[in-house]
Amino acid sequence: MRVQIFVRLKPGVLDVQGKAVEQGLLNLGMAGVANLRVGKLIELDVEAQDTQAMEKQVKEFCEKLLVNPVIENFEIRQLA
Amino acid sequence: MKVGVIVFPGSNCDHDIEHVFGHVLGAKVTALWHKDAQIGKQDLLVVPGGFSYGDYLRTGALAKLSPVMSSLKKFAKAGGPVIGICNGFQILCEAGLLPGVLLQNVSMRFISKFIHIRVEQENTPFTRHLKTGSLITCPIAHGDGNFYASDEELNRIEGEGQVVFRYADQHGRISDSDRIINPNGSARSIAGVCNKERNIVGLMPHPERASEKLIGFIGSDTGRALLQQAVG
Repeated sequence: MRVQIFVRLKPGVLDVQGKAVEQGLLNLGMAGVANLRVGKLIELDVEAQDTQAMEKQVKEFCEKLLVNPVIENFEIRQLA
Repeated sequence: MKVGVIVFPGSNCDHDIEHVFGHVLGAKVTALWHKDAQIGKQDLLVVPGGFSYGDYLRTGALAKLSPVMSSLKKFAKAGGPVIGICNGFQILCEAGLLPGVLLQNVSMRFISKFIHIRVEQENTPFTRHLKTGSLITCPIAHGDGNFYASDEELNRIEGEGQVVFRYADQHGRISDSDRIINPNGSARSIAGVCNKERNIVGLMPHPERASEKLIGFIGSDTGRALLQQAVG
């Protein structure tokens, strides 16, 4: 099944990239922009019996490599 | 004295380390390719700087999976001294051997300049003959050197005496918010830490680039003192 993993910096962790991009939008004259944060989207195919098994497996991928728990959170989504 | 230098694809300070330990300090140096789990008998392991795996995913994140890392972990667990410099520090953090993580510099710029660090912990294999409060002048050269951990974790590592170096000015003064003194914005000006057992040390600055008067900035060879401790 096709799976998406959203990796985001934890609240409170300084996102210098996000700040620079936000400043870029403001420089373009785009008003009303605030608190922009940049994350990562990882997509992959996973062989699994069902959603529960997939989530268990992908959680392990995240914990072992894809995410650094000191600074990042993750969210797993199954694509239809 | 046998020193093993681990080489990843993208390491670029391994030859500097080999030069300083081999030619300046007189140790027997062996380059250890990351794919080889056989490290032989070593007295000291060095994880050098560079851009292992092109910094893909996160700095140090892919290097931690190399076969040599399990041998390094075994070596360290038995009390063997390990030092990680720059990318080596990032790798040791990612591997969970050192606390915290190195984020992008607050300025978003790659910073390459000479700085001062103050010794905060003399009870490690690399600082054992240096006095707490003494200064080392050596270069930094990194884009991701901004040390980060949660406040809770920072309190814990300070409490355990795991902060080994802090960025300082030439008088030893510290200022977290002054970007001349703490150039990358590191939490509590931390430039280097150790594990609880204090045999693994990681730091962002490059002592190996300030180990000879001939090539050190304003003749600074104070970096050598740091590397010499583990050898002599």
